[in-house]
Amino acid sequence: MEISESQHAPHKNLLPLYLSGGIIGLVIWWLIYRQLLPFASFLTYSVLNIGKSSHLGASVEFFFYDTPKVLMLLTLVVFGVGIIRSFFTPEKTRLMLAGKSEFVGNILAALLGIVTPFCSCSAVPLFIGFVTAGVPLGVTFSFLISAPMVNEIALGLLYGLLGWKIAAIYMGTGLSVAIIAGWVIGRLKLENHIEDWVKEIRVGAASIEEQTMTWQDRIIYGWDAVKDIVGRVWIYVILGIAVGAGIHGYVPEGFMASIMGKGAWWSVPLAVLIGIPMYSNAAGIIPVVEALLGKGAALGTVLAFMMSVIALSLPEMVILRKVLKMRLIWTFIGVVACGILIVGYLFNAII
Amino acid sequence: MEIKVLGPGCAKCQQAEKLVKETVAEMGADANVEKVTDMMQIAGYGVFSTPAVVVDGVVKCAGKVPKKEEIKQWIGK
Repeated sequence: MEISESQHAPHKNLLPLYLSGGIIGLVIWWLIYRQLLPFASFLTYSVLNIGKSSHLGASVEFFFYDTPKVLMLLTLVVFGVGIIRSFFTPEKTRLMLAGKSEFVGNILAALLGIVTPFCSCSAVPLFIGFVTAGVPLGVTFSFLISAPMVNEIALGLLYGLLGWKIAAIYMGTGLSVAIIAGWVIGRLKLENHIEDWVKEIRVGAASIEEQTMTWQDRIIYGWDAVKDIVGRVWIYVILGIAVGAGIHGYVPEGFMASIMGKGAWWSVPLAVLIGIPMYSNAAGIIPVVEALLGKGAALGTVLAFMMSVIALSLPEMVILRKVLKMRLIWTFIGVVACGILIVGYLFNAII
Repeated sequence: MEIKVLGPGCAKCQQAEKLVKETVAEMGADANVEKVTDMMQIAGYGVFSTPAVVVDGVVKCAGKVPKKEEIKQWIGK
């Protein structure tokens, strides 16, 4: 009710209330966050009385520490990204991209992919909207690769579980793959492999009413994003961490090194191939990834696996098939898979 | 009044459709609610993020599930 009241009575300003509430919330968040590790140890070794240095103890402590930590960080990141996203709409993004030169357009599209609100079920209308407005095909693909791959859930979880460095590496390489793969697809001149009916569409002139947002609306928008996303993925996070905790406690140190280590050259392409038909959201896959890394899997291989699972998924291909001919779909998969392969080998070589 | 909910059928689109129908029934408004799933038609409205709600040919919102209060305002006028 607060919302509709504020729309009817613009003078009633709740912003100071929201801001002070937000600051208090942040302080409480920080106080709880700092106590998580001692609390997890206390719960595991004193309350549950599990022996220190036992396999079970390691698993249980890991679970009690990581679950609240990841959910708290996820909440914060999703809220922050939600506020940023309230400044963007697919319509504005399209306006910014139309008529841009190719390479600059690819970079801009990949960056906008992070902040534009997008759900993969609107991939088709978005594709049509972009292409009919004169956004080059390659630039459109940069957006379509970046939007699902570099998202707030992946970044929030990577930051929570593996630290900001890995999150930054993921973001940087994800953007590079989106920019370069989009540029390559643009160079290949595949415009005639878009389904014919798309080109015949006349986009209606129905104007969308411009919705002006106040800061108060943006805070509500961010909070709605938290409720929506955290409410949707928490169960995957907990399941993922439970599997991760099992690996953490029971799989011997260095076990993964032989299968997913640097020495095995074939592990990167294999990770990409296995990842393509697999479909999971970032929330489920990242806790498992963390545990694999801890047991000696190479970072490049793990990054490649993760990107392949998130960026290339069967359901999205089925959706895109409505607007793209098979040859363009295969090119898309091939180019993106090559990009991910390069990322995998690069990181195995330098780290 | 003609209300159209545009969306290919993802979870959010169904949520939007349900909410619009509920609100119309609640207010007892004389409105015809129709779900549009055809991509060509959706694109024809110039909408490229779903779900979207169109009231009497005007796109009221796109890319999100509207709030009940918003729907009431659209129908109320």
